[in-house]
Amino acid sequence: MQRIGVFVCWCGTNIAGTVDIDQVKQAAEKIPGVVNVQDYQYMCSEVGQNLIKNAIKEQKLDRVVIASCSPRMHEATFRKAAKSAGLNPYLVEIANIREQCSWVHKNKEEATEKAIALVRAAVAKATLNTELVPGEIGVEPRALEIGGGIAGIQTALDIAEAGYKVDIIEKTPSIGGKMAQIDKTFPTLDCSACILTPKMVDASTHPNINLYTYSEVEAVQGYVGNFEVTIRQKARSVNADKCTGCGICTDKCPSKKAESEFDEGLRKRGAIYIPFPQAVPNVPVIDREECLKFKTGKCGLCERVCPSGAIEFNQEDTLVTQKYGAIVVATGYDLINLDKFGEYPYTEHPDVITSLEFERLTSAAGPTAGKFLRPSNGNKPKKVVFVQCVGSRDKSSRGKTYCSKICCMYTAKHAMLIKEKYPEIEVYVFYIDVRTPGKNFDEFQRRAVEEYGVNYIKGMVGKVFPEGDKLQVHGVDALSSETLIIDADMVVLAAATKAKDDAQELGRKLSISTDANNFFTEAHPKLRPVETHSAGIYLAGACQGPKDIPETVAQSSAAAAKAIGLLNKGKLVNNPCVSQVDEQICSGCLACTKMCPYEAISSQVIEVKEQGKIVKKTVAHVNEALCQGCGGCTVTCRAGALDLKGFMNRQILAEVDAICL
Amino acid sequence: MKFSYYPGCTLKTKAQELEKFALNSAAALGVELEEQKEWQCCGAVYPLAEDEIGTKLSSVRALAEAAQKNEKLITLCAACHHVIKRVNEDMKTKDDVKNKVNNYLQLAQDYQGEAEVIHYLEMLRDEIGFDKLAEKVTNPLTNRKIGAYYGCLLLRPAETMNFDDPENPSIIEEFIKALGATPVKYPYRTECCGGYLSLDNKELAQEMTDNIMKSALKNEVEELVTACPLCKYNLENKNGKIAISYFTELLAEALGVKE
Amino acid sequence: MGRMKIIPDAKKKELQQILEISGENVKDCMQCGKCTAGCPASSSMDILPHQVIRLLQLGQLDKVANSQTIWSCASCFTCTTRCPRNIDLAKLMEAVRLTIIRSKGSSRLKADDVPGKIDPKMPQQAIVSGFRKYNK
Repeated sequence: MQRIGVFVCWCGTNIAGTVDIDQVKQAAEKIPGVVNVQDYQYMCSEVGQNLIKNAIKEQKLDRVVIASCSPRMHEATFRKAAKSAGLNPYLVEIANIREQCSWVHKNKEEATEKAIALVRAAVAKATLNTELVPGEIGVEPRALEIGGGIAGIQTALDIAEAGYKVDIIEKTPSIGGKMAQIDKTFPTLDCSACILTPKMVDASTHPNINLYTYSEVEAVQGYVGNFEVTIRQKARSVNADKCTGCGICTDKCPSKKAESEFDEGLRKRGAIYIPFPQAVPNVPVIDREECLKFKTGKCGLCERVCPSGAIEFNQEDTLVTQKYGAIVVATGYDLINLDKFGEYPYTEHPDVITSLEFERLTSAAGPTAGKFLRPSNGNKPKKVVFVQCVGSRDKSSRGKTYCSKICCMYTAKHAMLIKEKYPEIEVYVFYIDVRTPGKNFDEFQRRAVEEYGVNYIKGMVGKVFPEGDKLQVHGVDALSSETLIIDADMVVLAAATKAKDDAQELGRKLSISTDANNFFTEAHPKLRPVETHSAGIYLAGACQGPKDIPETVAQSSAAAAKAIGLLNKGKLVNNPCVSQVDEQICSGCLACTKMCPYEAISSQVIEVKEQGKIVKKTVAHVNEALCQGCGGCTVTCRAGALDLKGFMNRQILAEVDAICL
Repeated sequence: MKFSYYPGCTLKTKAQELEKFALNSAAALGVELEEQKEWQCCGAVYPLAEDEIGTKLSSVRALAEAAQKNEKLITLCAACHHVIKRVNEDMKTKDDVKNKVNNYLQLAQDYQGEAEVIHYLEMLRDEIGFDKLAEKVTNPLTNRKIGAYYGCLLLRPAETMNFDDPENPSIIEEFIKALGATPVKYPYRTECCGGYLSLDNKELAQEMTDNIMKSALKNEVEELVTACPLCKYNLENKNGKIAISYFTELLAEALGVKE
Repeated sequence: MGRMKIIPDAKKKELQQILEISGENVKDCMQCGKCTAGCPASSSMDILPHQVIRLLQLGQLDKVANSQTIWSCASCFTCTTRCPRNIDLAKLMEAVRLTIIRSKGSSRLKADDVPGKIDPKMPQQAIVSGFRKYNK
């Protein structure tokens, strides 16, 4: 007979307020095998844990049942306590009488009855618990960074500095991301390029960092500590080893029709191009959709003028497979498409621009060399109207329900940048609410109003009517309840941010989840903000939700710390609650291999003795490192050959029997 | 190509031209429009209140008849189109309306929004195709600068009407182009003309049409076309400089069947 | 001037009725004013469209019911189409109008008034619309 101890926690009044602890104790004492029952106000506290430890030693307990909160909360705590008292931690069982009982019931009598049933079930299961010993797996001391914006760069630098190898995969031809496009940063108005480009160089020259630009994640296999990632390096058509970055090819390219992605379409670029002068690596790429050689077979001028013979028209995509211990996802964000916001004629009128286009228009390295001019006629504007929340906090099918978070601050920044250069320009900002929490943020926005005289108007713009060379902005000041018309020269739209269009696809490859807005989901919104539900995969930056630069960098370093912590372990203990195959019973139908979401079950041929003869037989085989213990296979197996350690079929049935008593 | 056709009261009285030219043109295009028997007035405005059932019945009768014949229902007047399309949406999506209407009407078979309502312009765009229409034009309206006046009822609410981009539509401009004329976009082409306000608040309706006409004039529109009798009335009321006609009149002219 | 009482008890039933007739939830409104900013009839309104919703949020029904605004609304659905909070203000305006004209003898447009308001060119559509909007 087992010697089982039952420990009933009050959780203050959380449990004791709804469940009669004494009655639970009395009932527990009557269960066969139970030799010791105790209660305490807070079983998870040090005093409570000592109660358990002492009982294990003094009463020679060989099973422990704790009636308390959800195992998600404190199973690890109690297992650790049991272990320190010399008991195998998998002989501890939790009866969840808080989340699944006291919190969801009002009637004390009924709640007590249920709590007793739950304790009975836990004891029944504990009786059948066996000692389990976790195995060990190695950790590949190398991290992968998906995305080469400021989040990816920061995380990679931190991990590299800790002494681990890091690879950065960047989809576009250069690292730098959105921050490279930005002119100045809030709330200090320091130059974005001045603080970013040195980091880009650091990343490219760091001995521990390797860049895969113009590359994408093709496939991901494996598990924490041992991911195997296939990277597709898209054909650049330029040999990066031979190229010196002299720029003759980009100058001579006769095709200049493509819109520069970096300049948000405000400038044209060649078919062979370097995205921007500070690009890293400083190696051009051929846009095969635009290139005359690829379109017509004629031209090839770049090949002729290249002094180092670096042009390779016949280059093909290459696939590289590499092992990683940890993966950090930092794929960033985009702005929503404004096609559906016809009341702000963005697609119709060149003087209606997005905030990101504004960044390029004020940047000294931008298409106007930093002069703020109207795209339609190159004249200096007299009146500029900013419209915030274009698609943000928008429940309609056109927008996003969330606040994009960065717009209030960058709009204040834009307004001040105009006023700084051209105090005579009238600036209007239409807003729903000004939201500027953050260190020195509100002071920054107030400066736009108080010192620079930017006209903040609480209200939205109904419609912008292009009339002659003006844009008639029909708005409202909701505070005074006056309608107004501003004959503006330019309208700047704070378009909502959105997750990358391919976030779900990448999420599927990595087995990490996305929320309703396609942002990647963190493991816990408060306590595990940079982890995902997949062990070893972390999140940094705006791919997890709208974020400004300071927050992104903070989160990136946090993700780096988590990744370093993992890589530093060298070895990992795995969960011993994994599936096992009874090869005697297994018929080799392999239905379980199709069901397994983690590709943890494969087939193997074994030799068995049958009626004196040795015969070969196909059976299922569980890779314990890949198995996540979901139990899906155990219910798929018709023969009942699969069982989940720690949750064996007979343990579950014993629980059911105990509840149905 | 055969459709059920719902004309509406105004087309039989003050807006006979809208219908006459539409029918002539349809015949020239090989489209058969069969007028529904015993159609009733749609009520001119969609009943916005959730608890109004009686005012939706005439629309459902028209819809059910088209569904029974397994034909699409064509409308011409923007107001009728608006009312019938929205009532049809209610019959598809609001169980309460559907149940009450069916209880009241006691049709041979319950109606649940099976019919498809399309406006004559949508028929031209989606069933015939503007490119095919252009091929049938015998008398192209070359060198005429024509503005489209959309008004409200065809476009809004956008998700139910599903007619075109509510802020930046193009269907009538494409139609004008198919007839060989030059479409002129002007910013007020989707602004409200005042509609029924001309009955009770003439001053306001006039102010609203003034804004539209000013915008059209500024952008050198020479003629305006519309699909709504009330819009045409409101716009004409205050205007002398720009001719306003129904889109069907232009169509008949281009197809050489105006007389 | 006395201070406002938010959603006075005496008005709760009537407010509920308006919300039910319209099927709209005024709590969704964030007072961005986009309805007002684009309203083509706002020039003849004494309280602006976004104020109508605000007053309904606060239960100040008399101010809405006694306004010119509800009669200036042309049901053009511009606000409906643009509202970032998916509120159909046209339906709310209609609900307020209906609570008035549905009570006995309160029709805004009487049959006798019509001859003075029409002219020979006016289409039937206008008269039918007017009756549906202003008379019960």
